[in-house]
Amino acid sequence: MEDRIKKRGNQLIVYVPKELDHHFAEQITPQVDRELEKGLIKQLVFDFSETSFMDSSGIGMVMGRKRILSYSKGTVVAIHVNDRVLKIMQLSGIYKHIEISQEPVWNYRMR
Amino acid sequence: MNGDNKMVLKVESRSCNEGLARIAVAAFTTQLNPTLEEVADIKTAVSEAITNCIVHAYQRETDMITIECRRHQRELTVLVQDKGKGIEDVEQAMQPLFTTKPEQDRSGMGFAFMEAFMDEVLVESKLGEGTTVTMKKTIGRQKDVFE
Repeated sequence: MEDRIKKRGNQLIVYVPKELDHHFAEQITPQVDRELEKGLIKQLVFDFSETSFMDSSGIGMVMGRKRILSYSKGTVVAIHVNDRVLKIMQLSGIYKHIEISQEPVWNYRMR
Repeated sequence: MNGDNKMVLKVESRSCNEGLARIAVAAFTTQLNPTLEEVADIKTAVSEAITNCIVHAYQRETDMITIECRRHQRELTVLVQDKGKGIEDVEQAMQPLFTTKPEQDRSGMGFAFMEAFMDEVLVESKLGEGTTVTMKKTIGRQKDVFE
Protein backbone atom coordinates (compact mmCIF):
# COMPACT_ATOMS: atom_id res chain seq x y z
CA MET A 1 0.00 0.00 0.00
CA GLU A 2 2.85 2.38 0.82
CA ASP A 3 4.15 2.40 -2.75
CA ARG A 4 0.77 3.82 -3.83
CA ILE A 5 1.84 7.21 -2.42
CA LYS A 6 4.74 9.35 -3.61
CA LYS A 7 5.88 12.77 -2.46
CA ARG A 8 7.33 15.14 -5.02
CA GLY A 9 8.21 18.49 -3.45
CA ASN A 10 4.93 19.93 -2.25
CA GLN A 11 2.95 17.53 -4.40
CA LEU A 12 1.57 14.25 -3.16
CA ILE A 13 0.77 11.66 -5.80
CA VAL A 14 -1.63 8.78 -5.14
CA TYR A 15 -1.48 5.90 -7.62
CA VAL A 16 -5.05 4.63 -7.62
CA PRO A 17 -5.35 0.83 -8.21
CA LYS A 18 -7.48 -1.00 -10.78
CA GLU A 19 -10.60 -0.75 -8.63
CA LEU A 20 -11.29 2.22 -6.38
CA ASP A 21 -13.97 1.25 -3.89
CA HIS A 22 -14.69 1.59 -0.16
CA HIS A 23 -12.14 -1.15 0.56
CA PHE A 24 -9.20 0.69 -1.02
CA ALA A 25 -10.37 4.16 0.08
CA GLU A 26 -10.39 3.04 3.69
CA GLN A 27 -6.84 1.74 3.49
CA ILE A 28 -5.24 4.66 1.69
CA THR A 29 -7.05 7.59 3.33
CA PRO A 30 -5.27 7.52 6.73
CA GLN A 31 -1.89 7.50 4.97
CA VAL A 32 -2.79 10.41 2.69
CA ASP A 33 -4.23 12.39 5.61
CA ARG A 34 -1.07 11.86 7.66
CA GLU A 35 0.86 13.65 4.90
CA LEU A 36 -1.75 16.37 4.41
CA GLU A 37 -1.83 17.12 8.15
CA LYS A 38 1.82 18.16 8.03
CA GLY A 39 0.60 21.17 6.04
CA LEU A 40 3.32 21.09 3.38
CA ILE A 41 1.35 19.58 0.52
CA LYS A 42 -0.08 22.13 -1.92
CA GLN A 43 -1.34 19.76 -4.56
CA LEU A 44 -2.75 16.28 -4.33
CA VAL A 45 -2.62 14.29 -7.57
CA PHE A 46 -4.72 11.16 -8.06
CA ASP A 47 -3.23 9.15 -10.91
CA PHE A 48 -5.97 6.96 -12.42
CA SER A 49 -3.77 5.32 -15.12
CA GLU A 50 -4.54 1.81 -13.86
CA THR A 51 -8.13 2.44 -12.81
CA SER A 52 -11.12 0.97 -14.61
CA PHE A 53 -13.60 0.92 -11.73
CA MET A 54 -14.71 3.57 -9.25
CA ASP A 55 -17.84 3.94 -7.13
CA SER A 56 -19.21 6.64 -4.82
CA SER A 57 -16.71 5.70 -2.09
CA GLY A 58 -14.02 6.96 -4.46
CA ILE A 59 -15.93 10.21 -4.85
CA GLY A 60 -16.16 10.51 -1.06
CA MET A 61 -12.43 9.93 -0.69
CA VAL A 62 -11.47 12.56 -3.28
CA MET A 63 -13.95 15.15 -1.94
CA GLY A 64 -12.83 14.58 1.65
CA ARG A 65 -9.20 15.27 0.72
CA LYS A 66 -10.25 18.32 -1.31
CA ARG A 67 -11.97 19.67 1.81
CA ILE A 68 -8.83 19.23 3.90
CA LEU A 69 -6.63 20.89 1.27
CA SER A 70 -8.98 23.80 0.71
CA TYR A 71 -8.14 25.12 4.21
CA SER A 72 -4.57 25.72 3.00
CA LYS A 73 -5.66 26.76 -0.52
CA GLY A 74 -4.29 23.52 -1.92
CA THR A 75 -5.67 21.85 -5.04
CA VAL A 76 -6.68 18.35 -6.11
CA VAL A 77 -6.12 16.97 -9.60
CA ALA A 78 -7.28 13.69 -11.14
CA ILE A 79 -5.11 12.60 -14.06
CA HIS A 80 -5.21 9.85 -16.70
CA VAL A 81 -8.91 9.43 -16.11
CA ASN A 82 -10.62 6.96 -18.46
CA ASP A 83 -14.13 7.45 -19.86
CA ARG A 84 -15.84 5.29 -17.25
CA VAL A 85 -14.21 7.09 -14.30
CA LEU A 86 -14.95 10.42 -15.98
CA LYS A 87 -18.63 9.46 -16.24
CA ILE A 88 -18.75 8.71 -12.49
CA MET A 89 -17.04 12.03 -11.76
CA GLN A 90 -19.47 13.94 -13.95
CA LEU A 91 -22.50 12.21 -12.46
CA SER A 92 -21.40 13.05 -8.93
CA GLY A 93 -20.68 16.72 -9.67
CA ILE A 94 -17.12 16.37 -8.37
CA TYR A 95 -15.76 17.82 -11.64
CA LYS A 96 -16.82 21.27 -10.41
CA HIS A 97 -14.41 21.04 -7.48
CA ILE A 98 -11.30 19.42 -8.87
CA GLU A 99 -9.25 19.53 -12.05
CA ILE A 100 -9.69 16.46 -14.23
CA SER A 101 -7.28 15.56 -17.02
CA GLN A 102 -7.63 12.91 -19.70
CA GLU A 103 -4.35 13.92 -21.34
CA PRO A 104 -2.07 10.93 -21.96
CA VAL A 105 0.87 12.96 -20.69
CA TRP A 106 0.43 15.18 -17.70
CA ASN A 107 2.94 17.84 -16.74
CA TYR A 108 3.56 17.49 -13.03
CA ARG A 109 4.76 21.08 -12.78
CA MET A 110 2.43 22.91 -10.41
CA ARG A 111 -0.15 25.06 -12.08
CA MET B 1 -34.88 -23.45 -22.50
CA ASN B 2 -35.92 -19.96 -21.59
CA GLY B 3 -32.57 -18.97 -20.14
CA ASP B 4 -33.91 -18.50 -16.61
CA ASN B 5 -31.25 -18.80 -13.95
CA LYS B 6 -30.58 -17.96 -10.33
CA MET B 7 -27.59 -17.49 -8.03
CA VAL B 8 -27.46 -16.89 -4.29
CA LEU B 9 -24.27 -15.69 -2.67
CA LYS B 10 -23.69 -15.02 1.02
CA VAL B 11 -20.69 -13.04 2.17
CA GLU B 12 -19.55 -11.55 5.45
CA SER B 13 -19.84 -7.77 5.68
CA ARG B 14 -16.14 -7.11 5.19
CA SER B 15 -14.94 -4.51 2.72
CA CYS B 16 -12.69 -7.09 1.02
CA ASN B 17 -15.89 -8.84 -0.15
CA GLU B 18 -17.10 -5.79 -2.12
CA GLY B 19 -14.88 -6.71 -5.05
CA LEU B 20 -15.84 -10.37 -4.79
CA ALA B 21 -19.58 -9.62 -4.82
CA ARG B 22 -19.52 -7.31 -7.82
CA ILE B 23 -17.32 -9.68 -9.84
CA ALA B 24 -19.65 -12.62 -9.04
CA VAL B 25 -22.68 -10.62 -10.19
CA ALA B 26 -20.80 -9.47 -13.31
CA ALA B 27 -19.92 -13.09 -14.09
CA PHE B 28 -23.57 -14.15 -13.67
CA THR B 29 -24.57 -11.35 -16.05
CA THR B 30 -22.26 -12.58 -18.83
CA GLN B 31 -24.92 -15.22 -19.69
CA LEU B 32 -27.02 -12.32 -20.98
CA ASN B 33 -24.23 -11.23 -23.31
CA PRO B 34 -24.00 -7.68 -21.93
CA THR B 35 -21.89 -4.85 -23.30
CA LEU B 36 -18.87 -3.69 -21.29
CA GLU B 37 -20.83 -0.58 -20.40
CA GLU B 38 -23.71 -2.65 -18.99
CA VAL B 39 -21.29 -4.77 -16.94
CA ALA B 40 -19.65 -1.62 -15.56
CA ASP B 41 -23.08 -0.20 -14.64
CA ILE B 42 -24.06 -3.36 -12.77
CA LYS B 43 -20.72 -3.56 -10.95
CA THR B 44 -21.07 0.02 -9.75
CA ALA B 45 -24.65 -0.49 -8.54
CA VAL B 46 -23.78 -3.72 -6.68
CA SER B 47 -20.75 -2.08 -5.10
CA GLU B 48 -22.93 0.75 -3.78
CA ALA B 49 -25.49 -1.63 -2.27
CA ILE B 50 -22.85 -3.82 -0.59
CA THR B 51 -20.97 -0.80 0.77
CA ASN B 52 -24.24 0.45 2.31
CA CYS B 53 -24.64 -2.88 4.14
CA ILE B 54 -21.12 -2.70 5.54
CA VAL B 55 -20.99 0.98 6.46
CA HIS B 56 -24.59 1.66 7.48
CA ALA B 57 -26.59 -1.52 8.11
CA TYR B 58 -23.98 -3.36 10.15
CA GLN B 59 -21.95 -0.30 11.22
CA ARG B 60 -18.78 -2.27 10.56
CA GLU B 61 -19.83 -5.25 12.69
CA THR B 62 -19.38 -8.54 10.86
CA ASP B 63 -22.61 -10.20 9.77
CA MET B 64 -23.97 -11.77 6.62
CA ILE B 65 -25.01 -10.07 3.38
CA THR B 66 -27.12 -12.05 0.90
CA ILE B 67 -26.81 -11.30 -2.79
CA GLU B 68 -29.33 -12.94 -5.07
CA CYS B 69 -29.24 -12.72 -8.86
CA ARG B 70 -32.07 -13.81 -11.10
CA ARG B 71 -32.30 -13.88 -14.82
CA HIS B 72 -35.60 -13.94 -16.59
CA GLN B 73 -35.30 -13.62 -20.35
CA ARG B 74 -33.23 -10.46 -20.80
CA GLU B 75 -33.95 -9.00 -17.41
CA LEU B 76 -31.44 -9.21 -14.58
CA THR B 77 -32.67 -8.79 -11.00
CA VAL B 78 -30.16 -8.30 -8.19
CA LEU B 79 -31.23 -8.41 -4.55
CA VAL B 80 -28.88 -7.23 -1.83
CA GLN B 81 -30.16 -8.05 1.62
CA ASP B 82 -28.92 -7.38 5.15
CA LYS B 83 -30.34 -8.04 8.62
CA GLY B 84 -28.89 -4.81 9.99
CA LYS B 85 -30.23 -1.68 11.61
CA GLY B 86 -32.62 -0.62 8.83
CA ILE B 87 -33.31 2.79 7.35
CA GLU B 88 -35.55 5.22 9.21
CA ASP B 89 -36.59 7.30 6.21
CA VAL B 90 -35.97 5.55 2.89
CA GLU B 91 -37.06 8.51 0.78
CA GLN B 92 -34.60 10.81 2.55
CA ALA B 93 -31.81 8.20 2.36
CA MET B 94 -32.26 8.03 -1.41
CA GLN B 95 -31.85 11.79 -1.92
CA PRO B 96 -28.58 12.54 -3.72
CA LEU B 97 -25.90 13.88 -1.34
CA PHE B 98 -27.86 12.86 1.77
CA THR B 99 -25.66 10.95 4.20
CA THR B 100 -25.70 10.17 7.90
CA LYS B 101 -21.92 9.82 7.92
CA PRO B 102 -20.28 12.84 6.26
CA GLU B 103 -17.32 12.57 8.65
CA GLN B 104 -16.51 9.15 7.19
CA ASP B 105 -16.13 10.51 3.65
CA ARG B 106 -19.48 9.12 2.56
CA SER B 107 -20.54 11.05 -0.53
CA GLY B 108 -24.28 10.45 -0.24
CA MET B 109 -24.34 9.26 -3.84
CA GLY B 110 -24.87 5.52 -3.28
CA PHE B 111 -28.58 5.26 -4.08
CA ALA B 112 -28.27 7.93 -6.79
CA PHE B 113 -25.66 5.76 -8.54
CA MET B 114 -27.83 2.64 -8.21
CA GLU B 115 -30.73 4.54 -9.78
CA ALA B 116 -28.52 6.01 -12.50
CA PHE B 117 -27.09 2.67 -13.57
CA MET B 118 -30.05 0.31 -13.16
CA ASP B 119 -33.53 0.52 -14.69
CA GLU B 120 -35.36 0.06 -11.40
CA VAL B 121 -34.35 0.29 -7.74
CA LEU B 122 -36.66 -0.73 -4.91
CA VAL B 123 -35.68 -0.29 -1.26
CA GLU B 124 -37.58 -2.06 1.49
CA SER B 125 -36.46 -1.48 5.05
CA LYS B 126 -37.60 -2.07 8.61
CA LEU B 127 -35.87 -0.53 11.60
CA GLY B 128 -33.98 -3.17 13.54
CA GLU B 129 -34.75 -5.86 10.97
CA GLY B 130 -32.80 -4.96 7.88
CA THR B 131 -32.93 -3.71 4.34
CA THR B 132 -33.48 -5.31 0.95
CA VAL B 133 -32.47 -3.48 -2.19
CA THR B 134 -33.92 -4.91 -5.41
CA MET B 135 -32.40 -3.69 -8.66
CA LYS B 136 -33.48 -4.58 -12.18
CA LYS B 137 -31.84 -4.03 -15.51
CA THR B 138 -32.78 -5.24 -18.97
CA ILE B 139 -29.66 -6.27 -20.84
CA GLY B 140 -29.20 -5.68 -24.53
CA ARG B 141 -31.76 -2.95 -25.00
CA GLN B 142 -29.45 -1.11 -27.40
CA LYS B 143 -29.32 -4.14 -29.71
CA ASP B 144 -33.03 -3.75 -30.53
CA VAL B 145 -32.20 -0.84 -32.77
CA PHE B 146 -30.35 -3.11 -35.15
CA GLU B 147 -32.64 -6.13 -35.03
